[in-house]
Amino acid sequence: MATTENGRVTRGTLVIDADRCKGCELCIAACPPSVLEMSTDVNEMGYRYPLLHDGCTGCTACQMVCPDYVFDVYRLKAPRA
Amino acid sequence: MATTDITIDTRTAPPPPASKAAAGAPSLILGEHSLCPGCGEPVALRLLLETLQDLDVVHRSIGVVGHGCYGSFVRIMDVDVLQCLHGRAPSCATGIKRMRPDSVVFTLQGDGDMVNEGLQEILHSAARGENITCILLNNGVFGDTGGQQTATTVLGQRTKTSLEGRNAEQHGYPIPIADMVASLQGSGYVARGAVSTPAAVAKTKRMIKRAVQSQLDGNGLSLVEILTMCPTGWFVPAAEGADYQGSSMEPVYPIGELKSPEPQTQEAVHA
Ligand SMILES: Cc1ncc(C[n+]2csc(CCOP(=O)(O)OP(=O)(O)O)c2C)c(N)n1
Ligand code: SF4
Ligand code: SF4
Ligand code: SF4
Ligand SMILES: [Mg+2]
Repeated sequence: MATTENGRVTRGTLVIDADRCKGCELCIAACPPSVLEMSTDVNEMGYRYPLLHDGCTGCTACQMVCPDYVFDVYRLKAPRA
Repeated sequence: MATTDITIDTRTAPPPPASKAAAGAPSLILGEHSLCPGCGEPVALRLLLETLQDLDVVHRSIGVVGHGCYGSFVRIMDVDVLQCLHGRAPSCATGIKRMRPDSVVFTLQGDGDMVNEGLQEILHSAARGENITCILLNNGVFGDTGGQQTATTVLGQRTKTSLEGRNAEQHGYPIPIADMVASLQGSGYVARGAVSTPAAVAKTKRMIKRAVQSQLDGNGLSLVEILTMCPTGWFVPAAEGADYQGSSMEPVYPIGELKSPEPQTQEAVHA
């Protein structure tokens, strides 16, 4: 199966509503493959927000713990390299 | 940790073929909430609302809400709600359920609301076997009024009114309300969950579903206590709220089912 440069298969992806985020970072710790990273920029409210790297599995862990309903999670039918 | 500095465009949904596995904002929440960064209460609220949808009972659900930070959700929750006096939700819920037995009646209360202000309401309602579902958001503080100690604050926990940490000699011991309710004959289902990790969130959602199902089956009072992070009241950074809860509250308030009409196998509960 095709993998990315960092050796990961991407089976899922997110829509991140960054302007809802309050920067708590609970999603960062919750993501099993550790593909979320906080931005250096801030959103409308002045909070840093998560950015997604390759290797999302679509597991929904970030969505489950987020208190501000920031994430929509999608599963890709065909894994993407 | 990210291993590449290129990030993916997450502003729009992926093109087909892709399926939506989970939506962020619950469809029964109509707007933004104003709770603090890292607060556990919005997660618990989401699980409750999704459960009402999963069981297809939204149209006949009536929420009875106490006073605490979660109270701000009454303005944006698309479910019928009554907000009543501090601590009195189980009594108001009793009246509603007795007059409208076909409705699904739930309370939403904090630890200050349920275990301080309204301790006798929850105990008597459980003892009477009222067929209602009570949801307790336990963060061990009166969050809404600035983080004072409550009856559920664990020993050693720092609050605005126990800055050196709660100590038994001066402040007494915490009240394990779920254990007390489980010991009463009128309760049908009692469980304690948390929202600090993805696994805990998934488990807690199953508990809420079983609690509402217990009401539908007429088994008496059901209670789900949910440990919710309050980083503001705990004096910890938002990112550390989940770990702080795990090390301070969970040893005193273990996660799991305390009472169930048909006990599940360990695998089913802990799956
Ligand atoms: C009779 C009465 N006493 C006191 C208050 C003030 N009050 C409002 S919210 C609150 C704290 C609620 O704490 P809790 O139920 O634990 O909810 P949290 O904010 O922690 O989620 C208090 C004491 C009130 N509204 N009514
Ligand atoms: S869906 Fe899972 S893998 Fe993808 S970002 Fe969220 S937690 Fe990480
Ligand atoms: S859990 Fe939600 S609110 Fe917190 S940093 Fe992640 S996206 Fe933002
Ligand atoms: S004070 Fe605590 S319970 Fe209230 S919104 Fe802030 S974190 Fe949540
Ligand atoms: Mg509280």
